[in-house]
Amino acid sequence: MKYLLLKHYRGGPTPAVDYAPMDHWTPQEVDAHVQYMNDFAARLDETGEFVDGQALSPEGAFVRSDGEGRPPVTDGPFAETKDLIAGWMVIDVESWDRAVELAGELSAAPGPGGEPIHEWLEVRPFLGESSTVTE
Amino acid sequence: MNESLLRELVPAVIGVLGRRGADFASAEDAVQEALIRGLESWPDDPPRDPKAWLIAVAWRRFLDAARAEASRRGRELAAKVKPPAGPAPDTDDTLQLYFLCSHPALPPGSAVALTLRAVGGLTTRQIAAAYLVPESTMAQRISRAKRRIAGLPLDQPGDLGTVLRVLYLVFNEGYGGDVDLAAEAIRLTRHLVALTDDPEVGGLLALMLLHHARRASRTGPGGRLVPLMAQERSRWDTGLITEGVKILQAALARDRLGEYQAQAAIAALHADARSTSETDWLQIVEWYDELLRLTGSPVVRLNRAVAVGEADGPQAGLKALAEVSPDLPRYAAVRAYLHERAGDLEHAGDLYAEASRVATSVPERDHLTREAARVRQLPRP
Repeated sequence: MKYLLLKHYRGGPTPAVDYAPMDHWTPQEVDAHVQYMNDFAARLDETGEFVDGQALSPEGAFVRSDGEGRPPVTDGPFAETKDLIAGWMVIDVESWDRAVELAGELSAAPGPGGEPIHEWLEVRPFLGESSTVTE
Repeated sequence: MNESLLRELVPAVIGVLGRRGADFASAEDAVQEALIRGLESWPDDPPRDPKAWLIAVAWRRFLDAARAEASRRGRELAAKVKPPAGPAPDTDDTLQLYFLCSHPALPPGSAVALTLRAVGGLTTRQIAAAYLVPESTMAQRISRAKRRIAGLPLDQPGDLGTVLRVLYLVFNEGYGGDVDLAAEAIRLTRHLVALTDDPEVGGLLALMLLHHARRASRTGPGGRLVPLMAQERSRWDTGLITEGVKILQAALARDRLGEYQAQAAIAALHADARSTSETDWLQIVEWYDELLRLTGSPVVRLNRAVAVGEADGPQAGLKALAEVSPDLPRYAAVRAYLHERAGDLEHAGDLYAEASRVATSVPERDHLTREAARVRQLPRP
């Protein structure tokens, strides 16, 4: 079963740990955080559970069609970065419980002072193909 | 060159290497490499004796890898590795391979991958494509699975139940990548029937054939899902149905009922009917009762409620549904259907919409969304 782990810039329910945004951390703290993420992905690679992962820039805009023959309309860059998606990882695991376990691990990435930030991650199941036998 | 011939040889060749003293993990790797080479070179340069070719190439690969490993460790090549001695005996180690690859110590996803590679003769790339994961991830999953079962004896009777479960999972996955997993599951189950003497294997094969027979009618334009009651039954494959029913009857005659035989019996009753209204729903309910007794599965309880709704009317179906856990993914869909049948269109529309929100696949979600839209447009009485 595939799951999407979504990392927001600062989204989700009330934060468990109140920490400064990443651009206020020391370079070493940033490095440690990034290293943790990379190690996490590498471990999943070894367990055969990693599918894909990417980080997203907060830049960008909303876009919509404005009718035939007209250029698309854009709105943005985004005023509020707080709910923006910062990155995602796709995992392929045996169960929902395993997905939650892994998300919990990823959420414990270190922040200021090397302390785990306990950030909220969003875990969403993929819609798969329908199974052959249903009755 | 016939790719399927090459693939069919894989388990036997792994067995030959094993009998020459190779451990399973290394033998399986060597045969996989030989297989990939065969897929490349056979079309232009087909060998006279395919099996001998595969054994020779795999054995060389195995020896090279064993030597490299030995020199890496600064040791002599392990003494237990015997040189090839004459033609290999023709005994079939394939059954042991089925057991090993579906070992209960393995998580189902890993057992599926390992079975497809070692027993099915698929390449890692094909398996990765079928399950939509990167090839490196699938390779890791397979080597971890092999490490997990390393050292487990090959010569004990395995757990047939987990083998059947794994084949059932492969069949249910359907059609991913360039490999037809349903057809592959049928091939592997057919082979297993010849190797074993358990009526449940026949039951599983019958179940697969009877469902495979409906394949063409199960999807409509744009890949949309067509439920059983709306399927064009003239498109069902009567050859597969005849074969499935015959295999099922032979299995049932052995008088050792199991869940796959019971499921196949239900599929056979559907196959036997020209329409939903001509279906013997009373007998189907009886088979669900058997199935429930055998498995206690909540999904069976849910499907039984549908059958009860057809046999004794929607109110009876809803009563049966009251005993089912609402947490099941298809619970709302069944409830919606029974409410529609009972004429409660208002409720049915909302329930179909709810069902589409909790659907676990895209075709199912789209189908349920269409059902919600359809019911909401029906004239209210």
